Amino acid sequence: MDLRYSEAYEAFRAEVKAFLAASWPLVGDEAKLAPEAQAAAFRERAIEAGYLARAIPRQYGGSEREPDVLKAQIIREEFARARAPGEAVGIGPSMLVPTLLEHGAEWQKQQFVPPTIRGAMRWCQGYSEPGSGSDLASLSTRAELVGDEWVINGQKIWTSGAQHAHHMFCLCRTEPEAPKHAGISYLLIDMKTPGIEVRPLRQMTGTADFNEVFFTDVRVPARNIVGRRGEGWLVSRSTLKHERNMIGDASRVRLMFGGLVKLARERRRDGRPAIEHPEVRQRLVEIEGQVMSHVYSGYRQLTLAARGEPPGVVGLMNKLVSTQIGHQIARLALDLLEEDGLLAPSTAARDVASIPGRSASWVTQYLWSLGTAIAGGTANIQRNVIAERGFGLPRDAAADRSAGR
Amino acid sequence: MNFGLSEERELLQRTLAAFLDNECPPQRVRELFDGERGFEPSLWKGLAELGVAGLCVPEAFGGAGLEMIDLALAAEVLGSRAFPGPFLGHSLAALAIAAAGSEAQQERWLPRLASGELVGAAAFGEAGGAWQPEQWRARAASGRLAGAKESVPGAAEAGLVVVGVEGGGLAAVETDASGVAVEAVEGVDRTRRIARLRFDDAPCELLGGDTDAGPRVRDAALVLLAADAFGVASRLVEMAVDYSKTRVQFGAPIASFQAVKHAISNMAVEIEPARGLYWYAAHAFDHIRGESERSAALAKAHLTDRALQIARDTVELHGGIGFTWECDVQIWFKRAMFDRSYLGTPALHRERCARLAGW
Repeated sequence: MDLRYSEAYEAFRAEVKAFLAASWPLVGDEAKLAPEAQAAAFRERAIEAGYLARAIPRQYGGSEREPDVLKAQIIREEFARARAPGEAVGIGPSMLVPTLLEHGAEWQKQQFVPPTIRGAMRWCQGYSEPGSGSDLASLSTRAELVGDEWVINGQKIWTSGAQHAHHMFCLCRTEPEAPKHAGISYLLIDMKTPGIEVRPLRQMTGTADFNEVFFTDVRVPARNIVGRRGEGWLVSRSTLKHERNMIGDASRVRLMFGGLVKLARERRRDGRPAIEHPEVRQRLVEIEGQVMSHVYSGYRQLTLAARGEPPGVVGLMNKLVSTQIGHQIARLALDLLEEDGLLAPSTAARDVASIPGRSASWVTQYLWSLGTAIAGGTANIQRNVIAERGFGLPRDAAADRSAGR
Repeated sequence: MNFGLSEERELLQRTLAAFLDNECPPQRVRELFDGERGFEPSLWKGLAELGVAGLCVPEAFGGAGLEMIDLALAAEVLGSRAFPGPFLGHSLAALAIAAAGSEAQQERWLPRLASGELVGAAAFGEAGGAWQPEQWRARAASGRLAGAKESVPGAAEAGLVVVGVEGGGLAAVETDASGVAVEAVEGVDRTRRIARLRFDDAPCELLGGDTDAGPRVRDAALVLLAADAFGVASRLVEMAVDYSKTRVQFGAPIASFQAVKHAISNMAVEIEPARGLYWYAAHAFDHIRGESERSAALAKAHLTDRALQIARDTVELHGGIGFTWECDVQIWFKRAMFDRSYLGTPALHRERCARLAGW
């Protein structure tokens, strides 16, 4: 056991540092560009140098390097340290790109992958519907092939970022007579197409990050299907497979915990710093036990991945674990805030994305800790997955077995 | 970057697991659990032949010369099989003498400890929850020891006891010496029997080579308890999974009901990602001195707390049968109780962690 990197890897780290010192932040006229344009310009160079989009073939705009989880980790560490833009984030790069690489037509890969991995093309995900949440395969948004166009009618919901997205990847029912899992197709939709209406949904946080999306006779070219008709469910499962392959990354919860300790030092209880209070100390260390478990679990998964070994059942647990820790941290923060816990949540974007500082941003964090328990598969669905895939427990008697899983 | 086990270490765990599965399966554990002595010399001998008795004893004295991580990995396997016997105290006694004994003391005791022929024990706690080195009051002066120690595991089998004394140091006492009284105490964990030790002017030898020896051996104990608890909890999750697949109610295995699935997932999520806490603490013990005290306390507090909760959940999942003496779950349940209370509760070690962080 050795938490240091070998000399060869430290040499690689030095290369990454040198690249960053020369390339970020941008200088001259480029420094005057909008933040997004700066990030896209920088990413292009970082891809050229072989530090980003390493799993993506060159012909689709990637840098096509040998898979190496340790190099990937070093790049993440150094880019974060330099506050340089890392891999483009969001469901486009994380879900759509791997799906297209596995199932997409050649023109789809060429047209959509390069701008998506640079962060220049944004995507939203058309999965959930008002009547189809955890039971996603019951979805009913229809797409009918009329001539060489799909004609789409129906409604999606909980669509994060739909108001800012250029395109949507969408599950639609194309074979209404088929069993439910077998009647779905995976379509790519330009969000500027006539007939699409996006209505923001205001969340309990006060902000509107997700939306309802209505489709009325929306016409999409027939070739925008990914995979074949009726295979959309399997195509979307492959997306989830990529998602599940992601290694648990505890850096965010670790930073959050650091913020919590800082808060406990600053707030007072019984006339003393709250961090001197026995109950606060007990709760802090109890949370730290969970945080460090998650950190070491991430190291271990990284080590296994580097050896080409599967992570085992723990790989299915990462989302649930980070959700639970996020809740514990936010709950103690709320208690430390005392009367400031009555303040309205901050709606500033930076307070949602970053480690909270001001009281109102901890209130925001408390509310968001609930959002992460629901988004991308609720905690209870995660528990089903762990029990069924991790331990081989039988599927629920009531659940549908018509296809796929 | 390598946070994983070498092939040798994986082999060590597999070898021990195979030995215990053959020689000490649950029905054998049960016999010893219910028996008078809670100890089987031939089993101990078998483990010693695999090197377990001297894992951390230097090779010069007949041991394997390995590290705390190896000892902790062994502790995990022994915990998962609820091995009845004096492994914990023996390992600590051997560590103490290897770390702080004089050359003469090492030559006298280490070879026989490493072979398992001499069984060691470690006596720390005193009445009133005085587990920690700064609380020890047994007095060693002029080669004589006076005081009493509570809840000493494995004392009945031990020929040599390492005793924590006033000032946080350690003294070694041979149990057949005059002035040593070993009084068995009915303990909850029948796989690790405990006793009260009284020393009335008993001949002793101070282990003076390392002034930090008391706290060091305490930290080693915390790592081994954490590792044992991880093994116990992992086995309990397996028991819960197995039982839920075979127990049929409402015409279906109870494993098909979400209430049961979620209970099992929650148990597994509490323990499975947490093994790194004891790995890291064991690694730090030998390689990152500055973090070893705190990481051992964190691992002990977290893993023993989780293990007992998982034991409760496992009993509940078994229903009525889980509450019977006949059901094996209680053996692991009580082992988890030992791991959690021995050397101080999670609350005590969390407070130590807070203090050590400068909070």
